[in-house]
Amino acid sequence: MTIYYVALAVPVSLTSAFILALLLKQNVLGKAVFRAIFYLPSIVPIVATSTIFIWLLNPDIGLFNQILKFLHLPTSLWIYDEVTVIPTLALMSVWTVGGTMLIFLAGLESIPDQYYEVVDIDGGNWWHKLISVTLPMMTPTIFFNLVMGIINGFQTFSQAYIMTEGGPNNASLFYTVYLYREAFTHQRMGSACAIAWVLFLIIMLLSVLIFRSSALWVYYEGEGK
Amino acid sequence: MNTKRYGTFKKFLIYTLLISGSMVFVLPMVWMVRSALMDPSQIFIVPPIWLPNPVRFGNFQKTLSTVPFGRYFLNTFVIVIFNVTGAVLSSSVCGYSFARLRWPGRDFFFGMLMAGMMLPYAVTLIPTFLGWRTVVGPNSYLPLIVPAWFGGGAFNIFLIRQFMRSIPKELDEAALADGAGYFRIFLQIVFPLSKTAIIVVGLFQFLGVWNDFLGPLVYVNKESMFTLALGLQQFIGYYTAQWELLMAAATMILIPPIVLFFLGQKYFIKGIAITGLKG
Repeated sequence: MTIYYVALAVPVSLTSAFILALLLKQNVLGKAVFRAIFYLPSIVPIVATSTIFIWLLNPDIGLFNQILKFLHLPTSLWIYDEVTVIPTLALMSVWTVGGTMLIFLAGLESIPDQYYEVVDIDGGNWWHKLISVTLPMMTPTIFFNLVMGIINGFQTFSQAYIMTEGGPNNASLFYTVYLYREAFTHQRMGSACAIAWVLFLIIMLLSVLIFRSSALWVYYEGEGK
Repeated sequence: MNTKRYGTFKKFLIYTLLISGSMVFVLPMVWMVRSALMDPSQIFIVPPIWLPNPVRFGNFQKTLSTVPFGRYFLNTFVIVIFNVTGAVLSSSVCGYSFARLRWPGRDFFFGMLMAGMMLPYAVTLIPTFLGWRTVVGPNSYLPLIVPAWFGGGAFNIFLIRQFMRSIPKELDEAALADGAGYFRIFLQIVFPLSKTAIIVVGLFQFLGVWNDFLGPLVYVNKESMFTLALGLQQFIGYYTAQWELLMAAATMILIPPIVLFFLGQKYFIKGIAITGLKG
């Protein structure tokens, strides 16, 4: 369950954060306003976020289904269905990409303008700029956000605990929710500690794998940081 | 001509994307406030009404009288004040030590601290909980406050250390030559100059504690000691049908972080940028 969630939420959040950062990079009017709007949801207490989304996702009267109905699209049970609960939670995670977006934006702003000018001189368009300047220069930032995204993704607790309590039918029983249940509902501290260690090993293993692979795709200016 | 038209089109596209994106991002909050101010009879009307009419500020009072949110607010406030003060003071002292003082094993311990940051909180949760239960028993704020006074969190130390390293060392040396001790250098030179980093730490720490759910959930069971986050979570369970009250409660919890964000926006953005680039 957790792996499914991480596999969905991390790429979706990283991509949307990256796109938002790219858009904000384009010297737009009111940049500060847009930046504030995109970041604001990230400072909302997770309990409040969960409350708002429980309301929005209500299958009968929630806004999301109302909009879908209005557009004559099929409605969904969202978090109340075993199949859709994880994708819904992953989609929800996009709402809080503000922090990731700001990190991307800071990265984008540190790319020297000369690199883009070279592409201009060579007659390249925005696509060439993106592929041959922006993406390679951003790999360290993408790497950082990827590692953080995975570490945090595996430890997702509050949304699932508050909104679904691991349900329906254990379909959103995240690893940490399971851990909490073992420790504080069933009072099985030993078993909870074992779960924690397995979680730790999974995260460590994935981090090591990503760090190893980073030599292949992460570009450090001046090499060897 | 062609390139100019292309430029206009590109601008148009960017703004369309940005504006529709922002709408998606603010929609949940707009909907929350709208529901919080609405008469219960209007909430369920299909198609939905966007603007509440009449505006019912009374929902807030009703929420406050249904659930002791005033009490929860006070509890949260006490924890936040003591925690943030401790975190700011102790992380700046630690950051100073790691950035400026020379002592055997300093870099080793800094490495350990950074490695500790990678440790998932889930791993330490149970042992910490058992430890605190043995020492102070259940229903105490101490586990939520005391750790902040001993280091104030690896991330905060890191942030302050990075910032302090960018302060010219000549200032310290001049003060040292004038006969100031290390502590005095810290108090009168390094601490005041690190204002930006310290404000960043304070703001993030405030948000972290204010928004914390798992901490209070684990350490506090007594209802009179609940924090706002816990109170709201319990409220969800009891009053799922009264959306206007639930949304009023969510709105109230959200106000302090948002006010803080607008006051310290500059620092937030700076702080996040430091994390990403130097991490």
